Amino acid sequence: MEKLLHISDLTVYIGNKRILNNFNLNIDYGETHVIMGPNGTGKSTLAKILAGDIKGLTISGKIFFEGFDIMLLKPEELALKGVFLAFQHPVVIPGLTNIQFFRSFINSKRKYENLDPVDIIEFTIEVKELMKKLKLKDEFLYRSVNDGFSGGEKKKNEVLQMLLLKPKFTILDEIDSGLDIDSLKLIAENIISLFDKNNSRLIITHYNRILDYMDVDYVHILNNGSIVKTGRKDLIIEIEKMGYENIK
Amino acid sequence: MSDNKIIENIVNKEYTAGFESKVESDFFPSGINEDIIRLISNIKNEPDFLLNFRLNAYKKWITMKEPSWGNVNYNKINYNDIIYYSSPKVKKNVSSLEDVDPEILKTYEKLGIPLQEQKRLSGVAVDAVFDSVSVITTFKDDLLKYGIIFCSFTEAVSKYPDLIKKYIGKVVPYSDNYFSALNSSVFSDGSFCYIPKDVVCPVDLSTYFRINASRVGQFERTLIIADKNSSVTYLEGCTAPIRDENQLHAAVVEIVAHDNAKVKYSTVQNWYPGNKDGIGGIYNFVTKRGICLGKYSKIVWNQVEVGSAITWKYPSIILKGDNSIGEFYSISVTNNYQQADTGTKMIHVGKNTSSVIISKSISAGHSKSTYRGMVLVLSKAKNIKNYTKCDSLLFGNNSSTYTFPIIRAMNSSSNIEHEAVTSKISEDQLFYCLQRGLDEESSVCIIVNGFCKQVISELPMEFLMEAQRLLDLSLEGAIG
Repeated sequence: MEKLLHISDLTVYIGNKRILNNFNLNIDYGETHVIMGPNGTGKSTLAKILAGDIKGLTISGKIFFEGFDIMLLKPEELALKGVFLAFQHPVVIPGLTNIQFFRSFINSKRKYENLDPVDIIEFTIEVKELMKKLKLKDEFLYRSVNDGFSGGEKKKNEVLQMLLLKPKFTILDEIDSGLDIDSLKLIAENIISLFDKNNSRLIITHYNRILDYMDVDYVHILNNGSIVKTGRKDLIIEIEKMGYENIK
Repeated sequence: MSDNKIIENIVNKEYTAGFESKVESDFFPSGINEDIIRLISNIKNEPDFLLNFRLNAYKKWITMKEPSWGNVNYNKINYNDIIYYSSPKVKKNVSSLEDVDPEILKTYEKLGIPLQEQKRLSGVAVDAVFDSVSVITTFKDDLLKYGIIFCSFTEAVSKYPDLIKKYIGKVVPYSDNYFSALNSSVFSDGSFCYIPKDVVCPVDLSTYFRINASRVGQFERTLIIADKNSSVTYLEGCTAPIRDENQLHAAVVEIVAHDNAKVKYSTVQNWYPGNKDGIGGIYNFVTKRGICLGKYSKIVWNQVEVGSAITWKYPSIILKGDNSIGEFYSISVTNNYQQADTGTKMIHVGKNTSSVIISKSISAGHSKSTYRGMVLVLSKAKNIKNYTKCDSLLFGNNSSTYTFPIIRAMNSSSNIEHEAVTSKISEDQLFYCLQRGLDEESSVCIIVNGFCKQVISELPMEFLMEAQRLLDLSLEGAIG
């Protein structure tokens, strides 16, 4: 059976600057992987490439998602096939309310699956139920997408969209940055709630905070564009002791 | 991906109103002079005061220069090439639909304008202006039961000359500007509306302007009077056939709101915009102005401007009555070689008056969009408030947008706020939507829809669908 995600010999340049260097990674169904590393080691670039944003990049190597070459797919096609990126810095879309946005993308997904558009009332009830799990108030639905949201609200909004889309493969880019303990715990619980043998996730972070609340299968250390070490959760303890620079 | 291409697909939809109807018409010879003006006045059996009004306007017009301050470029108009009067051949005194040329009925049917009266007064009452004349006004008799006068301008001149004499040219004097002087000389018809004291108009009233014949200029006037404590919502729509020539539409709209009266005037302007190379299209040079004459009165202008090769219009409000309110909400979309120079003037005369200006422009292709606005506060207008927001959205690298706001406050108690933002749909916004599984077109639509939201939410229900369709902001999935 195909791997969910297969990356081999991925090398990426922005201009003359090498961002990723012979990067290899395999993720199987049902797995949770963590990529850790200091700032500026290519973590966010990796997240964007996996979601199909390859503008301005020079790329060699191979990336397959369920056997499809990611480089040949548009971002929306990847999304419809089940790739979800929780953005580190979600954009603001003035004037477009959350519920309008959610309905638009859910209906796009349903169209792709040959289903009728959602019933507005049922859908609103469904969203509100999910919002309760994230301790979000109803008015959240009627605010413009990420407009004037606090850091925590933006992250919760990303997780809420993930819960709605139930993706096969989720990339969580710094989902734990700028959160207080309570929000962090809540977000971790909600991410866990989707864990299933048919879906997987890649958690990108430079803290280990969220891992206090979540089981993971593999931890990879990324430095200078390559994975320098892979281990289980206890690798985190090593990082805490030695720092990234001393891990070889 | 290129957002040029996306918006091209979205804005370059077919102009569905571009057909021509085969209607037999009576024409005056082309050209403008005193004889033509007398002919127009004569064919309508106008009283002397109106003929004099026309002649005075003409005398003024020939001394005036076509304005060149607009941020628009076009070849000089030859005013003697224009046909100033073209009327479909009809029986006199059309009182029911049976008397109207079936070709004309078909035209409005094709345009989706309801001229059939239901048994019950419902929906929208329509005054249908075809080239130079009003061909039918629906629900006229039903409205009269409420004391509401709604009829063609020509009919109003013959039946209610005192009202016309009292109000014509009082809000927009013929000498106001070049095009108001031109219109005042040669106007051929239009709509008249009077809402009596304490009456809330039970349906929306509307005028639908259709230019059909070639070489014809359309010069019509609308006069709306809302007496004390009355209220009315007025809608205006306009379309024209696809042609290589430029045709001139120079209208005048005057609104008077007495004490505590409310008038909301909404326009969906969809004149033929010209082709993708900028050939043809309507020159839409219009003067619209309302006066909040009485205290606590309110006038609202809504406009969705998607058509015309050139738009030059500044629906304005004189806030004379104390505590009166003026609002202006505008969306203007330009594409290809369209040019729009539009905005508003809010003239604060009375105390505690307030105004809101919200203008959103979207420019694509090689088009040019200009917001030109003025907030003028006279010295006696104490404690006024104004909020102005004009935002522009650009597509591609060949379109341009300009903002010329003028604020003049002659006292120190005014509270005036101005915001202006020019933006492009960012790659980040687009990618965010794509990542959620929306295609490019839907992504652009929902972002543009969000951008226009403040204005769209002010539109009357009847226009919401039409405006959405025109902006191609599909309601599907986008409106919660």
